[in-house]
Amino acid sequence: MNWLTDSGVWTTFLNTNLWSTTLIEATPLTLAAIGGVISERSGVVNIGMEGMMLTGAFFAVVVSILSNNAGLGVLAGVLTGGVMALVHAFASIRLKADQIISGMAINLLALGLTSYLYFSVYGSAGTTPCSSTCAPGDVRGVLNWPIPVLDRSPALGQILFQQNPIVYAMLLLVLLTHFFLFRTTLGLRIRAVGEHPRAVDTAGINVQHLRYLAVTLSGLLSGLGGAFLSLGWAGNFSENMTSGRGFIALAAMIFGKWTPFGAFGACLLFGFGSALYDTLQNNTGPVQDYSTLIATLPYVLTIVALAGFIGRSTPPASDGIPYDPAAG
Amino acid sequence: MATRPESWGGDDVPAIEARDIVKRFGALVANDHVSLQAYSGRVLALVGENGAGKSTLMNVLSGLLQPDEGEIRVKGKAVRFRSPRDGIEAGIGMVHQHFMLIPPLTVAENVVLGHEPPGVVYDRAAARRKVTELSEAYGLKLNPDTRVQNLSVGLQQRVEIMKVLYWGSDILIFDEPTAVLTPQETRELFVVLRGLAQQGRTIIFITHKLKEVMAISDHITVLRGGRVVGDIATSRTSAREIAGMMIGRDLTPEVHHPPAALGEPVLQIHGLEVESDLGVPAVRGVDLDVRAGEILGIAGVEGNGQSELVDALMGVRKTQAGSARVNGVELLSGGTPFRTLPAHSRRAGVAVVPEDRRERGLVLPYSVADNLILGMQDTRRFSRLGVLSFTRIRVWARDLVGRFDVRPRRTDIPAGNLSGGNQQKVVLAREFSEDPALLIAAQPTRGLDVGAAEFVHQRLVEKRDAGTAILLVSAELDEILALSDRIAVMYEGRVMHIFNAGEASENEIGLLMTGGAAATEVQRMDTAAPALTSEQ
Repeated sequence: MNWLTDSGVWTTFLNTNLWSTTLIEATPLTLAAIGGVISERSGVVNIGMEGMMLTGAFFAVVVSILSNNAGLGVLAGVLTGGVMALVHAFASIRLKADQIISGMAINLLALGLTSYLYFSVYGSAGTTPCSSTCAPGDVRGVLNWPIPVLDRSPALGQILFQQNPIVYAMLLLVLLTHFFLFRTTLGLRIRAVGEHPRAVDTAGINVQHLRYLAVTLSGLLSGLGGAFLSLGWAGNFSENMTSGRGFIALAAMIFGKWTPFGAFGACLLFGFGSALYDTLQNNTGPVQDYSTLIATLPYVLTIVALAGFIGRSTPPASDGIPYDPAAG
Repeated sequence: MATRPESWGGDDVPAIEARDIVKRFGALVANDHVSLQAYSGRVLALVGENGAGKSTLMNVLSGLLQPDEGEIRVKGKAVRFRSPRDGIEAGIGMVHQHFMLIPPLTVAENVVLGHEPPGVVYDRAAARRKVTELSEAYGLKLNPDTRVQNLSVGLQQRVEIMKVLYWGSDILIFDEPTAVLTPQETRELFVVLRGLAQQGRTIIFITHKLKEVMAISDHITVLRGGRVVGDIATSRTSAREIAGMMIGRDLTPEVHHPPAALGEPVLQIHGLEVESDLGVPAVRGVDLDVRAGEILGIAGVEGNGQSELVDALMGVRKTQAGSARVNGVELLSGGTPFRTLPAHSRRAGVAVVPEDRRERGLVLPYSVADNLILGMQDTRRFSRLGVLSFTRIRVWARDLVGRFDVRPRRTDIPAGNLSGGNQQKVVLAREFSEDPALLIAAQPTRGLDVGAAEFVHQRLVEKRDAGTAILLVSAELDEILALSDRIAVMYEGRVMHIFNAGEASENEIGLLMTGGAAATEVQRMDTAAPALTSEQ
């Protein structure tokens, strides 16, 4: 185990790059995860976040190219994520379908749809989407916004204040989501409907409307996460570029006990895992050989934590159960 | 009790009236041209057996369900409700049998939900103020900041009542409100109901407990099979007559039985300790004997360790300490933690009618026949080398279905399609068939109507007379009093006292059930409350 004594391992933690990458990795996860919190608090399980993200990522790039405007691209990503969520909402709320199956269908639909459109629009070329019909430069990405003065502060400057606007937005949205769920009347109703929809119905509130709203919000947030992946980070789209982030967000939501702050914390942990892997890979020497193993650490911790060390994580009582006013 | 108007006023307009309501669920007609009237300032009791259509009718009146035919009139005006919101706006508030409360939310949040103080941001202070005002105005003591999940059932019901008062409802519907209450809590509820009626509100009280109907109501409407079969002033009828209307025949005289011919102790429990799912002690050192040929009733408010006691005896929960023997055979013994296995318990001669028949007693999607051999499927009677003999099973099932009067008399339909009463008959038929030494019956008539409950009671007494030791656990004190030869009162995991039949009054037992001292505390708090109590 001489790699443990290798000074390279420990200096890695002083590397500001590691920490800023952690935040970047956590951004798409967090956006999806807090959306998942809203959806599941209303009683609709959303495992379709992966697909909603992927859809958002794709259409953000398409619209960015067509309009030559990154902002419109992001907007398109958000909205198309929302549209996918509406499909899930319609199936699981109106048609009372099994929410796991509906969510899975969204994921498969998004994967197939984006891959198909990607090849048919841009040709079958390899990793660069625009190689035959357009130049990579045509994708208008979302550029980083260093915040004046603050960005020059040591260490924190690079970690926090030279980030992408969507990263700032994510931080703000975590706060907003918490406020929305726990301080507003609508949030109270959403929390209530996930626990006992019949009680909400008999109090004169429309259960279906609340759930539609919550699921759609979840899709919009996932879409923003997707737009960040493609426009804010990678600079273009690649097939299945979400690569399981929607599911990791789902795990983070559960780990975070269905609260925005908890989910954010879990996403930071997962983001740290990925960032650590990236950073160690660039190291030389024995550390590199173990980087993959080290990168599994946050996930191992998660399993340990979920196995009961942080107390049992209980979902909203009616999570995943379609509401039928005539039953019982 | 306050004096009631002698005659049922026919001259004034009913506060709420249903006219020829028809409600169908598929082929089932739950309400078949039902009409009723309720007047302000009075209590209307709506009675009927399970499945008579009471709850459906009330869900229609409150706007949760829409009628297929017929008309609802509020203060003489025809109304049409598309959702509960419309019902609430017309002044109708319903206190549901299964509380419509959200356990993790606070009292204040539950009360104002759906009609929160105006503003995008939830105004906590205003909500709390409202609840405090209502608390004081109606003498319903409640702390607005307590989470509902931490309240007793009786207090949760107060939250429900407060909710409809907050809505400003003047027509209040109570769906089987006493099903979950202790005798003391029931009396407190009646005081509240009387007070509300005296303030001019209209009360509709749904129940199938006749004693309560006679005690609280001014007028009675009886439903049977979805139709109105009786409509009469309470002062002009008797519990007996109402019971006859409800079940469509005369009730056989109450099961009464000569004192038991006591045999040897069959079940002997010593120092039993069992933990609940949460890991806290639920049964805390219980000693109990049940003899052959007697019914030992365990009285107690639910959640005082009865369920855990039964679980341990049937082998689905481990114990911390103590022992239990059936006819000298060790079920559980010393050593911690120890549990028996259901199969072992069964072999020792224990049969169980579990508390939750849908969860533990039956496999609902399986046929009635399959359910009737559960636990015996491996015996020679029904299988050879692991292959089931359908012919034998069918013969067996047909016989039991006939003897226990399961309706419809079919063995091939899923048990889940039967009514609650008939499901329970299937469980009884199976558990009785093995001729057990000890029969444990937990809440055996829960949710059953008068007719089915009577049937269950008769069978239990028959079994007792045949020399079986019976451990009866019930939250219904009436049931315990009617059937038991001895009564053990359980409170917080301990047996407080064991009475012989006829030795203790309902009141005494009720007091012990709530811990004696704790109960006086509650009462003191209530008499301190103004408004309602002072009017009595």
